[in-house]
Amino acid sequence: MQIPIETFRLDNGLLVTLSQDKTAPIVAVNLWYHVGSANERPGRTGFAHLFEHMLFQGSEHVGANEHFELVQRAGGTLNGSTWLERTNYFETVPSNQLALALWLEADRMGALLPAMTQKKLDTQRDVVKNERRWSVDNQPYGTWWEKLPALAFPESHPFHHSLIGSMEDLSDASLEDIAQFFATYYTPDNAVLSIAGDFEPEEARRLVEQYFGGIARGNGKPALPAMELPLTFDEPPRSVVEDDVSLPRLYVAFRSPVFGSDEYYAASVCAAVLGMRRGSRLYRSLVRERQIAADVSAFTFDLSKGTDLLIVDVTARPETTPETLELEVQREIDTIVTEGVTHNEIQRAVALIQTDLITALQSASERADRLSMFATLLGDPRLLNEQAKKYAAVTDDRVNSFIRTHLGPEHRIVLLYVPRKDDVREVGPELVEAVAS
Amino acid sequence: MTVAIRPVSGPSRDYRFPRFERVILGNGINVIVAPVRKLPVVSVLAVIDGGAVDEASDKRGVAELTAQALREGTSNRDGLHLAMAFEELGTSLETGADWDTTVASMTLLKDHLPRAFELFGEVLTLPKFPEGEVERLRAERLAERMQILSEPRGLADEEFSRFIYADGSRYREPVVGSTASISGISQSHVVDFYQRIFAPDAVTIILTGDIGVDEGAGLVDRSLGTWEGRRERGEIRVDEQARRTRASRVVPKEDAAQSELRLGHVGVPRTNQDYFDIVVMNSVLGGLFSSRINLNLREAHGYTYGASSYFDWRRGSGPFVISTAVQSEVTGAAITETISEIERMQQEEIPEDELTLATSYLDGVFPIRYETTSSIASALANMVTFGLPEDYYDTYRGKIRSVTTAGVLRAAQKYVNMDELQILVVGDPSLVSPQVESIGIGPLSTRETAEP
Repeated sequence: MQIPIETFRLDNGLLVTLSQDKTAPIVAVNLWYHVGSANERPGRTGFAHLFEHMLFQGSEHVGANEHFELVQRAGGTLNGSTWLERTNYFETVPSNQLALALWLEADRMGALLPAMTQKKLDTQRDVVKNERRWSVDNQPYGTWWEKLPALAFPESHPFHHSLIGSMEDLSDASLEDIAQFFATYYTPDNAVLSIAGDFEPEEARRLVEQYFGGIARGNGKPALPAMELPLTFDEPPRSVVEDDVSLPRLYVAFRSPVFGSDEYYAASVCAAVLGMRRGSRLYRSLVRERQIAADVSAFTFDLSKGTDLLIVDVTARPETTPETLELEVQREIDTIVTEGVTHNEIQRAVALIQTDLITALQSASERADRLSMFATLLGDPRLLNEQAKKYAAVTDDRVNSFIRTHLGPEHRIVLLYVPRKDDVREVGPELVEAVAS
Repeated sequence: MTVAIRPVSGPSRDYRFPRFERVILGNGINVIVAPVRKLPVVSVLAVIDGGAVDEASDKRGVAELTAQALREGTSNRDGLHLAMAFEELGTSLETGADWDTTVASMTLLKDHLPRAFELFGEVLTLPKFPEGEVERLRAERLAERMQILSEPRGLADEEFSRFIYADGSRYREPVVGSTASISGISQSHVVDFYQRIFAPDAVTIILTGDIGVDEGAGLVDRSLGTWEGRRERGEIRVDEQARRTRASRVVPKEDAAQSELRLGHVGVPRTNQDYFDIVVMNSVLGGLFSSRINLNLREAHGYTYGASSYFDWRRGSGPFVISTAVQSEVTGAAITETISEIERMQQEEIPEDELTLATSYLDGVFPIRYETTSSIASALANMVTFGLPEDYYDTYRGKIRSVTTAGVLRAAQKYVNMDELQILVVGDPSLVSPQVESIGIGPLSTRETAEP
């Protein structure tokens, strides 16, 4: 499966990728800014994400909340998201509305600051604090998003701190921070623009030049510190968290090769062998056969700098103690390290990944997002067309050698959630009935 | 330098929902094929006419357990080999029960379809339901029930249904059943449910993507053409309202970081004749990001990360729900603001530009909804489940565009009922209860003092 991919760069440094597909009259516009929580300075955790919210608060020629309204009125969908290494903004619109989507993105890239006010910042700060309460603090296991990276990366490392940020740091963010962050990171030479779907390439190029061409190049951004880390620990990190949860849950993480590297593909297949769907090794042994766990999954974070993480996530059955859960998962991983995994297990994993790669291309929004991802993180959007080949080339030897060199006991970062002592789990089914009545 | 002048859009290009054809096999199986030639991908979806509303009152959850247990082996292979066989073909079989139907589905590369569909047919017609595996699945469902207790969002949704539906109504309990009902289900109940519901005259097989009509119908006929049997039917109570007066309830969660808030009441069936007016009205009230409730609670006040409203469409009267999570200290204020937005919807016609925001969004977003083979299959399943006309998706956009401000006002007055408004909060009781009480919307109960 190959999709058409065209690339060009504006004089101000903006990298543009185009992928035409005229099967439906819709087009996706997708912008990746190469800035995420990793770029935050001390005392401003959560700022990259708070900033993402501010980008929907209007710009020089767009009123507050008008961005959402204009896109929805045009019959489009839109959103943005923040991750450790990047922030993205995207809309899918009827193809006759391409100019609108590009104009809106260009206006906030070129002229955000005239629209920023203290009141907007205060409101979005409250919204983000509520997002934190909703997705982290009031969710069972919700804090794993910050606790696991905090264990896996040393304190000075850019991936160590919380992406959503602390309440204190969010309170401290000022309009001046907004202006500085914008000037440093929201520049055309620090962004990738992808357009996928129903458009004419010359027309798209003309619109991109018209709307983005006048935006000035940035002055460069501060370099990130060295991010390479050793694979093993003298004393592997381990943390036990008592929380408002009903069932114990164990996260085991391993430092693994960065996204896009040759070894990454073996790591990615390994994660699928371990915990992708019900035929995976850990699901079969822990959920189906031994019935210690209620659910299992394994995945990579897909970080492209320094080191990635491969994460195994196992939720206990009610009768399994946290101690048993940890012991048995560790033993399963020990067995995998000693004995390796089989050709059939690897083929199953690769087959599932191949289907996902192709089905994802059905959606214009996914196409555009993946083009932006490969362009931003690896410098070449055409890598999207190479993925199936790269996965097909993963051999049994490479997966097993990855396992031997990355999953041993001295590699394991452990985060264990246990139900708080006075919690519902101790009370058992009686309380379930009380709630049901 | 940016460009000050806003672009003006040209004419939109035509779009039609994918063409599909229906073929009825000799044994009564309906086959719907929608050829969509874009990528070498096919989605297969079986809709079985029978779900949670077909369960006996002491077997709530058996539909979902049966759906799960379908994957646990057939006369020809055990559950592990079945899972491996699908996954080696790059797909997995997903099964689940809903209120009105049970669904089995898979999406895969075209090359693997013939082999995968043989397995798919085997699962529908020759399931084994091994006792040990059903037992395991039951234990997993019970573990999920425990998880809900520490998950405020899911708990609020479930508790809201328990609050607004009368005792004995199926909609009162979640599709998956309660701890008590699941505990009482055994392997033989699963077999009974399967035998009562799974029969060719209750089954529609939908195929979408890189496949032709004859090819699809032939494939289904080869695997399922000789299957025999008839579905048994019965009637149960599903959607009776708990009370005809306003009421509120607090479900205590000590030290909760936020209040999960639900407002609403029993809604209307999917087949309601004013469906399009209701959909547009709901979009303006709480369906869109730019809806009145979200702009008020999130953008004007910063009380929440998001607030929305929906009618949960079912054959019976599913709930109408306004849903949000707010900082505990502003729970009362958020309820007051929400009520004021409902009242504003009922007092006067919305301005024309608010109407067109909703209608042009729903009209324009239509092709974006059907980019993937699985979303097209789900749309066709929706048509099957609710008996919608075959031109439903061709006429949808016109019907949305013809909704008027008068129709929206009528829908707000008729289908949102302030006299029967029910409010439920999962939150820190010491902070939340006084706030809810002071609003004075009907009697306030907590979970412990609530009537059974």
